[in-house]
Amino acid sequence: MTLALSTDLSIVMAIGGAALATYSLRLGGLLLAERLPKNGGFKRFMETLPGTILLALVAPGIFSAGMLGGGAALATALCAWKTRNLLLAMIVGMAIVATGRLLFDCS
Amino acid sequence: MIDEMRRGALANLPVGASVAAYGSVLGMLAAQKGLTWAQLLAMNLTVFAGSAQFVMVEMWAPPLPVVEMILAVLIINMRYLLIGASLNPLFQGKSLVQKAGIMHLVADENWAVTMAAYRNGGATTGFLLGGGICLCSVWSMGTLLGHQLGALVVHPERFALDFAFVAVFTALTVSMWRGKSDIAPWVTAALLAVVAERWLPGKWYIVIGGIGGALLPALQSIFESKKEDLPQLPDKALQESIGEKTK
Repeated sequence: MTLALSTDLSIVMAIGGAALATYSLRLGGLLLAERLPKNGGFKRFMETLPGTILLALVAPGIFSAGMLGGGAALATALCAWKTRNLLLAMIVGMAIVATGRLLFDCS
Repeated sequence: MIDEMRRGALANLPVGASVAAYGSVLGMLAAQKGLTWAQLLAMNLTVFAGSAQFVMVEMWAPPLPVVEMILAVLIINMRYLLIGASLNPLFQGKSLVQKAGIMHLVADENWAVTMAAYRNGGATTGFLLGGGICLCSVWSMGTLLGHQLGALVVHPERFALDFAFVAVFTALTVSMWRGKSDIAPWVTAALLAVVAERWLPGKWYIVIGGIGGALLPALQSIFESKKEDLPQLPDKALQESIGEKTK
């Protein structure tokens, strides 16, 4: 019972906290628009951050994914770069991994 | 206003199709991780940010690492500060209530569609809101449909569902590429993340890799501006000393 309650509470806190964090950034950006530095170090930091964050998220996963995963990630990246189509790139990567597993370990 | 909203919703429909499909993958992962239908819907309506939701679902294992999760979401969504700031001209003269209401439904996609329309003189806050409502609807439909399907999948690894996270973020990362100036920060970010993931607990590698990589150009620009200041000093001194000599 107490376990169930604490689990429920942690779910509410996780979703609520994530919602509050995201909303603060959305509205904060608009309200602080006049005060955010328009150039210099902070501006360049903020402009570089989206790319480096996404890369940092995925790099360890690719690094430890083995040959099949690494190859599929490379194909996903190439497809995303050439076509600019997120969905297609994602499907290509997943299809390579699924096919590879079908061929190499028929468990 | 209603007309503007309808126009915005229609303009976002093409990108909405891929948002729904991408959402269905998130729904499948969420079902595998044990999130209920209602929890996923609550997340869609309150957080409404695709990449952050993917990370939350990826981290979803009891006991939930609540603080780490919120921190990860905060870092991933840091870009919304810039997105929000860039919308300032569009919101010129609007009330705080309007700002506070509409900003919640700003996602990467309707922001991009609105900015493109704004450049051609055809965007208003209603257009932005209509796009947001359209995207939030298709995002919820996609994720919930995926959730229904995901509960039926017995061997998720056979469909490479465990690879979906890597595939999504690899493609998203590539879409952020801006040119050669990204090489050094990206290599730094990747190296820091791989090393930090190996030696530190939890998801600290996201923060360390992301911030470490982005600090590089920031430090560079601080260093460059100092360098520009420096030569003036000896030059001035030199000119003055020359001036004194010629006198």
